[in-house]
Amino acid sequence: MSHTVLRFRLGPVLGLVLASCLAAAQQSSSPPSHNEVLIKNAVVMTVTHGKIPNGSVFIKDGKIAAVGENVTAPAGATVVDAGGKYLTPGIVDSHSHIALDEDVNEATSPITPHMRMIDAFDYQDKAIYRGLAGGVTTSLLLHGSANMIGGQAIVIKHKYGLNRDAMLFPGAPASIKFASGENPKRVYGGRDQLPSTRMGNFAVQREALIQGQEYMRDWDDYNKKVKNGDKDAKPPKRDLKLEALADVLRGKLMVQIHCYRADEFLTEIAMAHEFGYKIRAFHHALEAYKVPDKIAAENIGIATFSDWWGFKHEAWDAIPWNPVMSMRKGVRVAIKSDSDDFARRLNQEAAKTMRYGGATEDEALKMITLNAAWIVGVDDRVGSIDVGKDADVVIWDGYPLSSYGVPNKVFIDGDVYFDRSLPGYGMPHYAGGQ
Amino acid sequence: MGELSIFRLEPSAKPWSRISLVLVIVSAVFFTTTLSAQQKPVVLKAGKLLTITHGVIENGVLVMENGKITAVGPPAGANAPANAQVIDVTGMTVYPGLIDSETALGLTEISAEQSTNDLVELSDEIMPHMHVYDAFHAESELIPVARLNGITNAIVAPNDHDTLPGQDSFIQLYGNSAQEMLTIRDIAMPLNFTGEQRRNESWDKRKYPSTRMGMAAQLRQAFLDAQEYVRNQADYEKKKADFAAKPANDSVKDKDKTKKQPPTPPKRDLKAEALLPYLEGKKPIVLAAEDASDLETAVSLAREFNLKFVLNHISYSQPVLDYVASLKVPVIVGPIYENPKPNERYDAVYSLPGQLVKRGVKIAFASYDAHNVRNLPYQAGFASAFGLSYDEALKAITINPAEIWGVADKLGSLDVGKLANVVVATGDPLDVKTDVKQVYIGGEAVSMTSRQTQLRDQYSGK
Repeated sequence: MSHTVLRFRLGPVLGLVLASCLAAAQQSSSPPSHNEVLIKNAVVMTVTHGKIPNGSVFIKDGKIAAVGENVTAPAGATVVDAGGKYLTPGIVDSHSHIALDEDVNEATSPITPHMRMIDAFDYQDKAIYRGLAGGVTTSLLLHGSANMIGGQAIVIKHKYGLNRDAMLFPGAPASIKFASGENPKRVYGGRDQLPSTRMGNFAVQREALIQGQEYMRDWDDYNKKVKNGDKDAKPPKRDLKLEALADVLRGKLMVQIHCYRADEFLTEIAMAHEFGYKIRAFHHALEAYKVPDKIAAENIGIATFSDWWGFKHEAWDAIPWNPVMSMRKGVRVAIKSDSDDFARRLNQEAAKTMRYGGATEDEALKMITLNAAWIVGVDDRVGSIDVGKDADVVIWDGYPLSSYGVPNKVFIDGDVYFDRSLPGYGMPHYAGGQ
Repeated sequence: MGELSIFRLEPSAKPWSRISLVLVIVSAVFFTTTLSAQQKPVVLKAGKLLTITHGVIENGVLVMENGKITAVGPPAGANAPANAQVIDVTGMTVYPGLIDSETALGLTEISAEQSTNDLVELSDEIMPHMHVYDAFHAESELIPVARLNGITNAIVAPNDHDTLPGQDSFIQLYGNSAQEMLTIRDIAMPLNFTGEQRRNESWDKRKYPSTRMGMAAQLRQAFLDAQEYVRNQADYEKKKADFAAKPANDSVKDKDKTKKQPPTPPKRDLKAEALLPYLEGKKPIVLAAEDASDLETAVSLAREFNLKFVLNHISYSQPVLDYVASLKVPVIVGPIYENPKPNERYDAVYSLPGQLVKRGVKIAFASYDAHNVRNLPYQAGFASAFGLSYDEALKAITINPAEIWGVADKLGSLDVGKLANVVVATGDPLDVKTDVKQVYIGGEAVSMTSRQTQLRDQYSGK
């Protein structure tokens, strides 16, 4: 049972890292800056415009340049014959804690918006590789759920073997993690601190947002004075924590909320209205099926599990029909991992929605690609096989939406980062193990 | 009970055991109690039958009567009883109920709520006298959830935080009471040697055994103590017999009155008694290890005490798979979702089942779970994408566990004479998309509802 216990730890995903072993082997070669690749003879699952049975994808300079049955490519392009295999967009994991070592939660105060996950990003964590081998090309690395307002997330591409900055998703919008419910009250209540109840949780959150409002006002006043030529205007003291809260109120940070229960979705929505910020997505959201219309009306997405339940009280009413029941009421649904285990087989997790509630192939696939990309804020860049998007592409052995789908090749920005047929780790840009 | 002796390294040395004999009899009685529930014969016709033991029968017929399978075959070969309920299952796939070789069903309800957990007794590492049947919660909401996906039988085991956490029971996931569902009590005993059992949480709080040396020494002492207990019992029995055989008036020793007293029986020791059937090789130890080094230590221990065993997990024993095969014991493998070690290829654990079968090892899968026992078949499916043949994957959740647990005469395949634990589904049992339409247990069509379907229907406006 150790497997199960580990999975439900507050700061899940404690990736094992052998930094010493990896440091020497890192980055055997850099991907070419300019490339032309034609993938032909694939069953292309585009997500946005159906399935192309005998399709081709032409990649140029890391972007998808053409998709269809008849695609022409220059003579110099590298040709990859998919041999009739399925091709999908790279999987987007909209809730992950990999590659953060054990630094997922700054669980010393319930309000820590100034934490930045980039500062803990362990880009050598093998969990990035294992997710890649499962077809994941983009992940949102979030702060944990110990705090009502946690830290600022990063978005990575799984270019394992490259250096830190080369793995960051360029231009991805910034997100901040909020939480609610059992985790904050357990962490702080366990120490006889505020919050130890859901009342305490929301009081702490409201208080912080009010402080953020005051800080924002002080700076707005100051900036106004400066603009009006007041040379005596004195700038307020900079405070990183309040600055981050002000960024929430200014809409500069997308709010991603760990939230399970139906009543808490409604409270979070009310608070967002009260303070004038937008909620991007509820994460976990296991009771979304109870109030899907309320969530859909706010254009809030959900990043949920397919069938996890019962691991704590607020997961007791979780049902595997949640994703499809919510989707049918207009909620944008993503299936995410929250786990270095499930990140390796999100395709299976998505396929479960076809069984529980009858999602179509496109709908199921969308939950781990385009919808997940929307939650992360990069749906204009990845998540479907469309011209102009990043060439993040997976060629599968077997049918991806089944127990048997296993990535054969994974392309990111048009370059192969994982190839199952290679020995060792199967990574062209990583020398370790080969 | 079927034959549990096939995995024994050496033949049983000692036939004597009052206690274990009683338990075997009790187990056998329980296994038959649910047979009478089926009211009326049922004929499933026109289904695709995955018999497991004799191939796939397209457009087949399966007859269930008095709780048992009475006919399996093509339409011509099966006669429907006159009063039978005939169900057309055209387009459906029919297969035997799936068997999960390790679960915590009935021992937990909500993982994080300690009041709902009876997973393991942590006060000591040597707890062979813990019986999961004493905690098994037959009305657990988790059981119907598992059953709805075709899991009809399972091992219930205490969790692995002790080296000897107690004894497993074999259950049927249906019945009116714990008594009905606990079909074989104390079927096997886990011996965990993965390192997780060390009491080494912190330097300040560590206590014995805080190392693997400590774990091994403590285990060895426990088995030695149990052997001593057997000797003391035998001594006592001998003295008692001698005493009873002596003439009433022995003139030679008549002067010493104290010698006329009957011998005092040794104090009973539940821990030692619990170990006896295992020391005698009557039941299997489930030997859990992950790393090759732990595996070899654990096997040495088992051999030292002549224990019959099956292996469990061995997730990181890839370097010694030939050695594993040479042991000629089955392996409960997985969960294959364990992450590989950092220096291993991504599929090092996924491919383990296929690697074992290639070497002739009999394997069975286990969910090692409680809430998502229902996902057992997907592990088998996934392993088949990494070198395990489809047929072997299916066997590893049906006939193989039935053989390992000694119930292959009753479970694990669609064969005449076996219990009618039968699943009707929309397709491939190993695929995540397959929907299970009906589960029969002992020939009875069980209700296809759970707390989860009720919530679904409530919020779907049904």
